[in-house]
Amino acid sequence: MKAKKSILDENLSRNDPRIKQILAKLKKESYRPDALIEILHTAQNSFGYLPMNVLAFITKELKVPPSRVYSTVTFYHFFSLKSKGEHTCLVCTGTACYVKGAEHILNEIEREFQLKPGQVSADNKLGLSTARCIGACGLAPAMVVDDEVHAKTKPEDVKNMILSKIGARV
Amino acid sequence: MNRQDLKTIAESAKAEHNQFKHKVCVCCGAGCLSSGSEAVLKKLQDEVKARGLDKEIRVVPSGCMGPCNQGPLVKVMPEYAIYQKVNCENIAAVVQSQLVEKRPIEDLLLFADSRPKPYVNAQEDPFFKKQLKVVLKDCGSINPEIIEDYIVRDGYKALDKVLFQMSPEEVIAEIKHSRLRGRGGAGFPTGIKWETVYKYVADQKYVICNGDEGDPGAFMDRSVLEGNPHRVLEGMAIAGYAVGANKGYAYIRGEYPLAIKRFEAAIKSAKKLGLLGANILGSTFSFDIEIRIGAGAFVCGEETALIASIEGKRGTPRPRPPFPAESGLWGKPTLINNVETLASIAPIINKGGEWYSEIGTPKSAGTKVFALAGKINYSGLIEVPMGMSLREIVYDIGGGVPGGKEFKSAQTGGPSGGCIPKEHLDVKMDYENLVSLGSIMGSGGLIIMDDSSDMVDVARFFMEFCMDESCGKCVPCRVGTKMMYDLLTKICNRQGTRHDLDRLEELAVYVKEASLCGLGMSAPNPLLSTLRYYKNEYLAHIERNTTLEGVSHG
Repeated sequence: MKAKKSILDENLSRNDPRIKQILAKLKKESYRPDALIEILHTAQNSFGYLPMNVLAFITKELKVPPSRVYSTVTFYHFFSLKSKGEHTCLVCTGTACYVKGAEHILNEIEREFQLKPGQVSADNKLGLSTARCIGACGLAPAMVVDDEVHAKTKPEDVKNMILSKIGARV
Repeated sequence: MNRQDLKTIAESAKAEHNQFKHKVCVCCGAGCLSSGSEAVLKKLQDEVKARGLDKEIRVVPSGCMGPCNQGPLVKVMPEYAIYQKVNCENIAAVVQSQLVEKRPIEDLLLFADSRPKPYVNAQEDPFFKKQLKVVLKDCGSINPEIIEDYIVRDGYKALDKVLFQMSPEEVIAEIKHSRLRGRGGAGFPTGIKWETVYKYVADQKYVICNGDEGDPGAFMDRSVLEGNPHRVLEGMAIAGYAVGANKGYAYIRGEYPLAIKRFEAAIKSAKKLGLLGANILGSTFSFDIEIRIGAGAFVCGEETALIASIEGKRGTPRPRPPFPAESGLWGKPTLINNVETLASIAPIINKGGEWYSEIGTPKSAGTKVFALAGKINYSGLIEVPMGMSLREIVYDIGGGVPGGKEFKSAQTGGPSGGCIPKEHLDVKMDYENLVSLGSIMGSGGLIIMDDSSDMVDVARFFMEFCMDESCGKCVPCRVGTKMMYDLLTKICNRQGTRHDLDRLEELAVYVKEASLCGLGMSAPNPLLSTLRYYKNEYLAHIERNTTLEGVSHG
């Protein structure tokens, strides 16, 4: 494998606003390795997910082994190594939502958009994921489309709810 | 800021609030927000201003009021009239009728669509009447982002009291006297935990607030953190004083951005007033709090895993002893308490351990917050004295099961708990009684199921959860949950045999006995409790086996 001059790609420099956010966080946490998870949160907020070159960058800045960063990232559900899609649809599968039929919502999404949880559409427009519980149990079944919580979701409304967000058919 | 300044703030805020004739709270808890309460708040503020009533009516965004599925909720004080499903179209009518003409609009009052006659004063409604709010007392009545709103309701009075009138030993004695037990699930006596940490001598100790509410079907901690973050913060500072720690961490789930935001704001405003930081209120006690955001691992609710996570590592548990009280965060003595436990501290200090210990049952004192959800008419957040019967919670507070269906089961304790069947509806809800029924109190998730729920599938649902969330460190949990899940799936798919059932029971015992931490030790609970009460459903699935006709043992 060819050795890279810079950990970051040519199109991603230390002046990139997203990298700057990570650098600010690193500084705030005094480059302490124990702040790794906090820094990963910042990185994921900036990039939407955790690209490999960004992980390599964090590894270098924190002076920790790559295995430490990679094993931490893959341990926690919250962190994603893949793009989650331009628009995200999150279906809560907590107990209350389960009892009230979250499965039907997932089935409907699969039927309409050919997506299973964890998948992103081919054009990267829509990503589908599930949550263990978003704590909106009083409103079960709940679904979150682009940070907007939908309460008491009915399977028949799902299609239009998503289409209105992504603008067009995926 | 010193003690006198705190009193001055309380008095001036009180004088300011007293200038208003009404306080109108718009619920901005997670539930109501997603039903559109932010727009309602804005519209209400505009409406009040447009009518020139802004000198008489104070409009406040508040935390969760309780009946989450009736939202957005608007509460008019001092009448205690609660309006449900308020929207931008009918808010003007509420202002005109309720606030100007003093004539409540019955059709819009809480539960107007389901009760023969709604209560003008919501406190008289059985939903509220049967509750006793200690932890949630100010939740839904104050603006969680304004510290003065908390101070005016005796906020930080308990911290002031411990710092100037009590020794750490006296604080611990008071908590012991209250008989408060950990609200995170296990129910360990809080005072004894505090005393243990206090007794260890170390240059540095820590207090951790466990807000990694991972049970699916639970949103108590979320509502407390969102609705009254200062109460938790005050509890942490008091705990720090009592055990001799000057640094605290609040570990909050990443899935709760609003709770994180409000807790951050609370820390900032408390620091500004000198209620956090160096020499609190002019005393010699210093205490600081940092937030650590969870990254979605259920196992991090386990204390040693949580500590690993705060240290920035994979959240895997380690064997105990040593317990965190001796060797916790970075090897230092560490006190870990749940959000609800910490939110119970200030009232205990203010009113006395004696007062608290008289609420509830002899072994389980105080109140418990439950997140009531599932197949129930009035789902939401409730707080009741320990020892209230499940029947009262389901039928009197929760209004029973909708659609004329039968109550079948109540699930408590999430993936570590079990199901309580109909024949035990009269169980008095406390730690011991729930354990004797094969469930646990847990953190307070209470999911009601009707007869449409297949209990084998329920067991499979929880087993899938534990299998996914097993950290993989110990074999019994990592492999055992997977094997049990596969067997349960087989039975659900009508391919199971009697032999599979025996195997399941056997595995459940192994996993329970041999796992490293609470996750594995309690993972078989939903399976065991459904087997205990609904074995006929397992047998029915097996009898309808389509693959092994005539074969009884596979």
